[in-house]
Amino acid sequence: MVNAPAVPDTQPPVETRSWYRRNEIAITPWLFLAPGLLFFAAYVIIPIFQSFQVSFYAWDGLGDLQESGTFIGMGNYQELVSDRNFNISLWNNLKWLLLYLLAIPMGLGIALFLNQTVTGIRLYKSLFFFPFVISQVVVGLVFSWFYLPDVGLLSIMLSWIGIDGVNVLGSPNTATYGIIAAGLWPQTAYCMILYLTGLNAVDPEQIEAARLDGAKGPKMLWYVIIPQLKPATFIAFVVTIIGALRSFDLISIMTNGGPFGSTRVLSFYMFEKALAEFGFRMGYGAAIAVVLFVIMLFFIAYFLWSMYQDEKGAR
Amino acid sequence: MRSILTALAASTIMSGAAFADGHALSGDMRIISDMSNPAPRAVMEGLVAQFGEMHPGLNIELEIVDRDGWKGQIRNALTSNPPDVINWYAANRMGPYVNAGLFEDVSDIWGDIEGLDAVKGALTIDDKQWGVPYTYYQWGIYYREDIFAELGIEEPATFEEEMANCQVILDSGRKCYAIGTKFLWTAGGWFDYLNMRTNGFDFHMQLARGEVEWTDDRVRETFANWRKLIDMGAFIDDHQNYSWQEALPFMTGGDATAYLIGNFAVASLRDAGLTDEQIDFYQFPTIADVPQGEDAPIDTFHIPSGADNKEAAREFLKFVTTADVQTAINAGDKLGQLPVNAASSVDDDEFLNQGFEMLTTNATGGIAQFFDRDFPAEMAAAGMEGLQEFMVFPDNLDDILGRLEQTRARVYK
Repeated sequence: MVNAPAVPDTQPPVETRSWYRRNEIAITPWLFLAPGLLFFAAYVIIPIFQSFQVSFYAWDGLGDLQESGTFIGMGNYQELVSDRNFNISLWNNLKWLLLYLLAIPMGLGIALFLNQTVTGIRLYKSLFFFPFVISQVVVGLVFSWFYLPDVGLLSIMLSWIGIDGVNVLGSPNTATYGIIAAGLWPQTAYCMILYLTGLNAVDPEQIEAARLDGAKGPKMLWYVIIPQLKPATFIAFVVTIIGALRSFDLISIMTNGGPFGSTRVLSFYMFEKALAEFGFRMGYGAAIAVVLFVIMLFFIAYFLWSMYQDEKGAR
Repeated sequence: MRSILTALAASTIMSGAAFADGHALSGDMRIISDMSNPAPRAVMEGLVAQFGEMHPGLNIELEIVDRDGWKGQIRNALTSNPPDVINWYAANRMGPYVNAGLFEDVSDIWGDIEGLDAVKGALTIDDKQWGVPYTYYQWGIYYREDIFAELGIEEPATFEEEMANCQVILDSGRKCYAIGTKFLWTAGGWFDYLNMRTNGFDFHMQLARGEVEWTDDRVRETFANWRKLIDMGAFIDDHQNYSWQEALPFMTGGDATAYLIGNFAVASLRDAGLTDEQIDFYQFPTIADVPQGEDAPIDTFHIPSGADNKEAAREFLKFVTTADVQTAINAGDKLGQLPVNAASSVDDDEFLNQGFEMLTTNATGGIAQFFDRDFPAEMAAAGMEGLQEFMVFPDNLDDILGRLEQTRARVYK
């Protein structure tokens, strides 16, 4: 028995839209962002704070932190200050940072050189692309053979001009530079790719106008071309800095941190202390990671700040 | 005809049932093994197949991982979803996992099996046993017999003879010893032997346990002996660039005449084309008048404490320690190493026989597990780095010993 109204309903109830329907515009973007945010939080943000926490403990990384770890406050950091291997790693990181930046001018130089219309330029371009395509592991292997004492190509070439007994990767004075040189090869190619794209976007009318004003050569480059390449330079700077700070694979392949630990950088030292074969000091490793994070934070803050400035300027 | 078949089938089933009654192993068993080189891999697969035949109710899953990769993976494997049986090493190398409660106490198995008493100590922590051995191998000086004959020199018995030989070798334009220290541990072998010969096995173990200072005069004496060889130019140049395999061509090519290494190097030397007439082996010569200690690392099987099928795992451990199985898997064409069980027999191989003879009759000082297994992890890492530096820059000795002493003071707290 249904209780139906006898007369037709002249005032049908307003169809109430669901909560989701009403807020659809505001919520949908967050729904799309949710997986990304979730993973970013789980694999980046939370571990950062966990590293901070672990760095206050003496813990071997086995079992539960609260049960098998001992809280030692700033103990790990105090030890870092007097740890000579940590100092070596820090200095090497600095060398990487400074010397890696050479990739930017070198990449620009090669890009300018390749930015011409000559027959076969595509072939040359692809040859210069090549190091960027091959894996870091292969780059490391190729360069360690190149540097081999006596039988390596480098020592053969040096012997032509009368220099013998050069052992780039075997000497603590040169090993780090040898690895950085190997790393610069693909990094330069990367910067070159960025600049080639940037050069395509250079405004021909401005060049024309500058030429009418009598600009050429270095002046043209400095005052007209380079300012227009600013976005490319910024990206090249960002990736080079990050590349220098996270240098790990080349070191691991070419010297394994040796000889006698002279080519360690912070990321490699952290791995050795916390995760490698003989590394049972998770807390100490976490403290190193925190230091590395603080250094990175410095650059990240700068990047974010300059991007923010750009956005403001664009408005 | 049919009745015979039925009877046969029935009897098979019955015997199978009777067999299963005693053991009643069923369910799944997961094994992670680091025996990843071709020959050890075949051995491991053979073991699993044989064990599977004995226990048809058991579903065995074998996962073989890269030997060096496993050193980094073991922690994760033990904590998240642990398998039932794994490979690892004895002595201090298992210490962290035992102390963290990740290895199963298998003392009960040791009560059931015989013939392993000689190595019980290496698997004992806190008076309990935490795994079983399946193989070990001797260390010693492998040398080019043909070059020695050509130069008219013989296997030395004392350090003076060793150095006299070395001088002859150097005069002939060769180096005495091939070594590759890129991955550090090979330098640990030289230190082990020089220290055990200079100060004796017991002193070496005291040093490993952190009871002696690195700056002690006796340790300095060991380094002084080492330095005699370094100053002669006995070791190949630029050894910090090579892995142990990369240094082998110096020996196979005749540029260096000897190599202090474990018996596992023999297979590589043979593969490189040297015949058994060209290579031979001698025990590290004596220095001081102390009983001779030897390095003979043991490789082991363990049960993670989080394993699901511990009953099957225990049976497997008993199985691999039986004399017959150990004889079979250590044969020259299998692992090519020494069986641990005293009741098993050593394969008829020149080097295995010599090694077995040496370890049973002439290692009166004792048997060590090797630098990176006897010393705690952190001490071993810092120590081997210092040893490598000493081999390249012997003048840095004071600085190196000072650093090692600092590490010792922290590690053994």
